[in-house]
Amino acid sequence: MREFAYLRAADVAEAVELAGPQGKYLAGGTNLFDLMREEVERPERVVDISRLPLSAIEPLPGGGLRLGALARNAHVAADDRVRRRYPVLARALLKGASPQLRNRATVGGNLVQRTRCRYFYDLTAACNKREPGAGCDALGGFNRTHAILGASPNCVAVHPSDMCVALAALDATVNLTGPDGERSVPVTGFHLLPGGTPHVETVLRNGDLITSVDLPPERPWHGDYVKVRDRASYAFALVSLAVLLDVRHGRTVAARIALGGVAHKPWRAYSAEEQLVGAAADEAAFDRAAAAAVAEARPLDHNAFKAELARRLVRRTLVELAGQS
Amino acid sequence: MSGHIPVRLHVNGQAHDLSLDPRVTLLDCLREHLGLTGTKKGCDQGACGACTVLADGERINSCLTPAVQCDGMEIVTIEAMANDELGTRVQDAFLAHDGLQCGYCTSGQICSVVAMLAEHRAGRPSAVTEDLTGPAPLTDVEIRERMAGNLCRCGAYNGIVAAIREVTRT
Ligand SMILES: Cc1cc2nc3c(=O)[nH]c(=O)nc-3n(C[C@H](O)[C@H](O)[C@H](O)COP(=O)(O)OP(=O)(O)OC[C@H]3O[C@@H](n4cnc5c(N)ncnc54)[C@H](O)[C@@H]3O)c2cc1C
Ligand code: SF4
Ligand code: FES
Ligand code: FES
Repeated sequence: MREFAYLRAADVAEAVELAGPQGKYLAGGTNLFDLMREEVERPERVVDISRLPLSAIEPLPGGGLRLGALARNAHVAADDRVRRRYPVLARALLKGASPQLRNRATVGGNLVQRTRCRYFYDLTAACNKREPGAGCDALGGFNRTHAILGASPNCVAVHPSDMCVALAALDATVNLTGPDGERSVPVTGFHLLPGGTPHVETVLRNGDLITSVDLPPERPWHGDYVKVRDRASYAFALVSLAVLLDVRHGRTVAARIALGGVAHKPWRAYSAEEQLVGAAADEAAFDRAAAAAVAEARPLDHNAFKAELARRLVRRTLVELAGQS
Repeated sequence: MSGHIPVRLHVNGQAHDLSLDPRVTLLDCLREHLGLTGTKKGCDQGACGACTVLADGERINSCLTPAVQCDGMEIVTIEAMANDELGTRVQDAFLAHDGLQCGYCTSGQICSVVAMLAEHRAGRPSAVTEDLTGPAPLTDVEIRERMAGNLCRCGAYNGIVAAIREVTRT
């Protein structure tokens, strides 16, 4: 690991000031410290934010819930309000990583965690994300775990988070504080597609600090989070899925579908949602929606299975949720 | 440039005032600086659980935790389990049920079990908990999922589950 200046911030304003445009925030460290050890990340300044008072989970006026950026993944998943009102989020968190990791991992760190692309971690491989302009060894390499949607010839990596897929389905909002003050962005616009700049992964700029994530007031959804991986637990998703469905008198009134493990960001399948809303909640509609979810898929040499897997997962989950309505 | 950072660690009830390079993990600090070699290094990247210790009562991977972040925390390692009533029962049950073969993962497993039982008592759910609104009975499926963060290359899993079941019965 390279040497770095280790700084502790007493409050949010000081953290932003200490970080400056190049500094890195250290929350649980489960991703950043690992990448620093591999020398994929080589920050000169590391600002430890783990003691900032940002770990509360608080009700919002109007009925939503605010998750502090430093709330641990395990604590969010165990919170009674999350379990009762946002079970899709509790389930997504519980299917991520391991109990030990979830005790350290934070809301903010989970949002900003980086891809698990093997070539990104391998300093001898060409990777545009690690070194802009170097090329992408995953394109012609072993790309079984890579993207089928929204990728570019510059990068085919996927975002590895489970939590973010549930947040995308819930239409959560990310609250930030930067050198120019506070702002909020929808979580669906927080992560970026790779395009020509795969090293730019989120809208965070110049030391922006995530302070919290807001969940909107609950709705009468039936929802679920489904994750398919190479072993039953403690593995990243090959494909994952968050679905929220509101069916009344046999018609779909509202639907949200987000896919994980398929793109550089949690992928909202808006065209699939459009197939459902206003239509009869029957298998024909679910088939159309499942097909629409992967209609734009562009598989690589080794990951064509992901499109079919995603299609079947969407269909099966819709059938199950409609059965509960 | 890293410089050394003053850190006070409470390990197994004893305070240590250290001056640490911020690159040192809690795992290396325990093993190399404090001579507590019961905690093991398997993968050094959060993927196996051999390095599991308790920090302020919660199980964590000490290989991914910078020691400077543990300033002021209470750390409990396998070395303290001999003086802990539950820890001793878990150790005895591992012996009685062949919950190990080579033993490399065992100290992490045992720390993990002690914390897992506390999490369960506190009502925390797991990925296999069907009803998120109530307490989950500690079935074998629950035990396996709640212990998924500790791999065992010798495959002693059946013995480990049997040991945990015995501890929860008594
Ligand atoms: C073996 C292993 C298996 C895993 N499996 C899964 C899995 O199945 N599913 C899954 O979703 N995740 C998985 N993870 C990833 C894990 O969820 C992340 O490492 C964790 O969520 C990161 O949180 P952290 O607080 O430790 O972040 P850190 O490592 O501290 O930080 C990560 C990044 O976020 C930035 N950051 C942190 N907080 C803020 C903030 N408030 N504002 C701005 N930037 C911030 C940091 O600067 C850094 O760039 C796994 C990790 C490991 C090691
Ligand atoms: S897919 Fe992206 S992260 Fe992986 S090697 Fe290519 S550029 Fe790097
Ligand atoms: S050594 Fe820490 S998880 Fe493997
Ligand atoms: S007993 Fe050998 S690794 Fe578990």
